[in-house]
Amino acid sequence: MEQILEILEKDCRITPEQVAVMLDRDPGAVAEAIHAYEQDKTIVGYGALINWEQTMREYVTAFIELKVTPQLGKGFDQIAKKIYQHECVKSVYLMSGGFDLAVVIEGKTLKEVSLFVSEKLAPLDSVLSTATHFVLKKYKDMGVVFAHESEDERRMITL
Amino acid sequence: MSSFEMKDVLSPVVTNMPPSGIRKFFDIVNEMKGAISLGVGEPDFITPAHIREAGITSLENGHTYYTSNAGIVELRDEIAKYLKRRFDLSYDYKSEVLVSVGGSEAIDLALRALVSPGDEVLIPEPSFVCYKPDAQLAGGVPVPLETYEEDNFALRADVLKAAITDKTKALILPYPNNPTGGIMTREQLYEIAKVLEGTNIVVISDEIYAELTYGDNKHFSIAQIPSMHERTVIVSGFSKAYAMTGWRLGYACGNKDLIAAMTKIHQYAIMSAPTTSQYAAIEALRNGDEDIERMKKEYNRRRRFIVDGFRKMGLSCFEPLGAFYVFPCIKSTGFGSEEFCEKLLQEEKIAVVPGNAFGESGEGFVRCSYAYSVENIKEALERIERFVKRHKK
Repeated sequence: MEQILEILEKDCRITPEQVAVMLDRDPGAVAEAIHAYEQDKTIVGYGALINWEQTMREYVTAFIELKVTPQLGKGFDQIAKKIYQHECVKSVYLMSGGFDLAVVIEGKTLKEVSLFVSEKLAPLDSVLSTATHFVLKKYKDMGVVFAHESEDERRMITL
Repeated sequence: MSSFEMKDVLSPVVTNMPPSGIRKFFDIVNEMKGAISLGVGEPDFITPAHIREAGITSLENGHTYYTSNAGIVELRDEIAKYLKRRFDLSYDYKSEVLVSVGGSEAIDLALRALVSPGDEVLIPEPSFVCYKPDAQLAGGVPVPLETYEEDNFALRADVLKAAITDKTKALILPYPNNPTGGIMTREQLYEIAKVLEGTNIVVISDEIYAELTYGDNKHFSIAQIPSMHERTVIVSGFSKAYAMTGWRLGYACGNKDLIAAMTKIHQYAIMSAPTTSQYAAIEALRNGDEDIERMKKEYNRRRRFIVDGFRKMGLSCFEPLGAFYVFPCIKSTGFGSEEFCEKLLQEEKIAVVPGNAFGESGEGFVRCSYAYSVENIKEALERIERFVKRHKK
């Protein structure tokens, strides 16, 4: 049934009936499976993938590398929770390698993001250091290319 | 004033060949704003990155010379291994494999190597538009073999038998089929083999869509039948399986005497297939099986979706088990194939191809490609449904 998830990940507007046709499954069974995925939080939400650069909205995205001290018995989870509860934090990942947490933040201005880092993240007890990288341009996200693709080049050559 | 007129000196074989009326139709589509085409017969995927990189690397390494006429030995070896691995077909890469400029060249070569003036070439229809002119250019006489919706457009042994004369030289076997999406099962091919045994007819089996079959059965080649192996030349290529249409690379495999004859023509007409493409193809064959599966899985979903869409709007549409086309019957609208396509384009800005472009037996049908995104297919189906409801008789 993982094929259902593959299809929904590409286009969540598709109906269970349409998914059922594509996979040659019973529509009722597909609807039930989707419901179960929603219940057990395999499907955690639905949304549109938006290229905000196309709009007038002012926004800034930053990737922040955090080095932190894990807490006894709780590892990194406690500090991650402290961070992800902020509205402007879009993603938090625990990483291997040179730093521990990767945090993606969105704000209206560079100043807003900088202030968040200096006033909310850096002062946290277990945070040892931060490195902030601002996003200049988004080329691809969630498997979708954001840069303008050329139109369908295919032509009727023969048949 | 000179009285020289170039058109008076052109070969009548060519001047008598009807131009494709479809081209003009699709030139309009390209200019029309908001039009959605389901017309194009090539994958919408781009060539997988690792294959493109292999082509680029070959250029960086300075592989810019002609290759041997029959193709790079390494590539021919990989083709032979691939056919063994995927379809249990055995060919000696040294003498039974020829690399060509697309499957199309290989079809032309096979016909030119086989056909003498007046020889008859049997061509099941509806089918790809090149067979007939290629047969004529080789001096042959194309003989269409009708196939029927009730047989899922498979070639019937009795239809074949009735068409064979003492002038019959070759049978083209275009399965999985463009435009119908029909396939031939193992059982059906054994029936065809029974008819051919004891004749001198050579089979040109165009298997360019062999990797794109759906349902329980994998593609079965007539060359897998022992009695047919010697007399069958398989034509295939990289365009459809690996989304490599623009690389122009195909191949033919068969009896060494026929391959030698085809190589002779290829040597004089073409020299060798594009070198960069050959290096990219080696990578495709070595590491591309997963790409095939990924694209096929996506085509299969779209296939089910589009067939269901046509059936729900009340058009009869047999289940195509190959290629990336559906061939719904539009007779219930009262329109002929061409009229249906013209009106659909005018009224709903949807372009599909009239079935009769692929032979007279395609009249009453239209070809829709599902080498398009699900989003495009969804929108196209909605518009076609609106059109069909408006005109249903």
